[in-house]
Amino acid sequence: MEFLSHLFSSGTLSQLLVGLSRTTILFIVSSGLSLILGVLRIPNVAHGSLYMIGAFLAYSVIQLFGGGVPAYAAALVLAPLGVAVLGFVLERGFFSYLYEREHLMLLLLTFSFALIIGDLVKIVWGTEYRSVTLPGAFQGSAEILGLPLPYYNLFLLLVGPVIAVFLWLVINRTRMGKIARAAAIDREMVSAVGINVGWVFAFTFVLGCFLAGLGGALIAPMTNISLGMDHSLIIEAFLIVIMGGLGNVWGALLGSLVFGVTQSLGILVWPKFGIVFPYLAVVAVLVFRPKGLLSSTW
Amino acid sequence: MKKRTFVAVSVALLLLCALPLFLPRFYVYVASIVLLTGLLATSLNLAIGYGGIYQFHHTVFYGVGAYGTALMLTRAGAPAPVAMIAGPLAAAALSLVMGLICVRLSKLYFGMLQISLGSLVWVVVYRWYSFTGGDDGIHGVPLPDPLASAAGAYYCTLAVTVLCLFALRRIAGSPFGKTLQGVRDNPVRSEAIGVDVTLHRLVALVIAGFFGGVAGSLFIVVDGSAFPDMMFWTYSLEVLIMCLLGGMYTFWGPFVGSSTLVLLRVFVSVYTQYWGLILGTILSLVIIFLPDGLLGFLVRRFRGREADGA
Repeated sequence: MEFLSHLFSSGTLSQLLVGLSRTTILFIVSSGLSLILGVLRIPNVAHGSLYMIGAFLAYSVIQLFGGGVPAYAAALVLAPLGVAVLGFVLERGFFSYLYEREHLMLLLLTFSFALIIGDLVKIVWGTEYRSVTLPGAFQGSAEILGLPLPYYNLFLLLVGPVIAVFLWLVINRTRMGKIARAAAIDREMVSAVGINVGWVFAFTFVLGCFLAGLGGALIAPMTNISLGMDHSLIIEAFLIVIMGGLGNVWGALLGSLVFGVTQSLGILVWPKFGIVFPYLAVVAVLVFRPKGLLSSTW
Repeated sequence: MKKRTFVAVSVALLLLCALPLFLPRFYVYVASIVLLTGLLATSLNLAIGYGGIYQFHHTVFYGVGAYGTALMLTRAGAPAPVAMIAGPLAAAALSLVMGLICVRLSKLYFGMLQISLGSLVWVVVYRWYSFTGGDDGIHGVPLPDPLASAAGAYYCTLAVTVLCLFALRRIAGSPFGKTLQGVRDNPVRSEAIGVDVTLHRLVALVIAGFFGGVAGSLFIVVDGSAFPDMMFWTYSLEVLIMCLLGGMYTFWGPFVGSSTLVLLRVFVSVYTQYWGLILGTILSLVIIFLPDGLLGFLVRRFRGREADGA
């Protein structure tokens, strides 16, 4: 029972907390993906590329303002906004003409955008790894139940619930959110009552892209910013969305929790192959609940 | 077979047989890759074009076929013919297991669960250094003499590919293939007239997986190596693009699409490293302007609409 002793060691809790802060990022990115899937019905493979752009933009903004807390704060605002603008262009320029196409075509079209964006990023930022140093205020660790947790991870743990509440407010309390929810279920009916569905879709897509960019900006200090960071993330985000229920933002939250926890504990249990546990969790969920954990809008 | 078709096929085969006589070694290698990638795309098309099944992660079977053959040759020291059959059989077995798990799900869920199962296989191959060589893959697979030269590998690939394409063509044109298209176009009605929809889909998946595995084991013959990138999900989407580019609702479309892309990639990468940019642009143009693909477009243009699915 060697793995049990691994599981119940003192490192477990801190591993779990670090895992949960990564979960925050997964949640932010996959909730955007889920919104786009639920309302626009686009399986957006380019979502990971938007996340990558968010990270690179955050890097550039921080370089531009010369580091420190203000530069970091600016990056957290400007990078997602830049990605949102790009999303607006993509939605109005391409997707708005293609909603009636088969999902397969939409998926491949977004994959072609992912390929194009990948190379454009290569042209703009080059192929080397980039990294962002945290401002001094974020360096160091807090103590939680006697275990060290880096301040930045703590910050992420606080950001997650804030974003969840923000999304809840947008989806449930704003007129746009209500229309978007209605459009997710029956878009013909929404346009039949005289609402311009096009703008609802544009709004949803832009919000989704903003979330992808925010995820990228938030992860920038924690990882090497590199080409290819989109490929690993997008599969995880899709799995989370599928596990939670297509188009269900709360499913995305639950899914990322399951994914993040199985990931961080899996590595403790079986260091070499721990990475398979989140995949197994998805398979298990879909075998027993083919429509995902929570209900799906599909 | 009509007389004209017969003559055309014979001439094409003769030309293909003569290729190594006048092409330099590198291009013989490229021609082998074109053939086996064509087989890979055609095998995928049995599931997606004929069956309407969202097989998003087809290259898993390609990879398993390749690894199966490579491992049989390096670890078990099996003779080449045995290894070349073992790889595809492993792929077919995996396809059966994955199919059983996924087959009752609806289209997009099917595709996504399939991607996740495929990624699981990829992760295992990528991490299992002691068995699969991990991210380094397996290189320098020992091959018997006739296969070791570029021309020998080419002739082997040509023979196997032609046989497999012939078999796939027969399957697509058989009553089973026709029923499969019925299932694709209207599963509810097919069920109502007594077709076992699930069984047909499952059989189509296993056949597609098997021939995908054959393509993988041919890759071992041609290249002598296997690496995890063969079964990374982006490559699966590239193979899907090949099907789409040539035309999914025609039998030869995927072959045309894959030959176009493989050759284009070889020649483009001489001039630029931005292959993704070019592929993405081509793909988006095809999706927006030619949703039936190149061959599908030509077929519709010259034969009229009744030739669909031929």
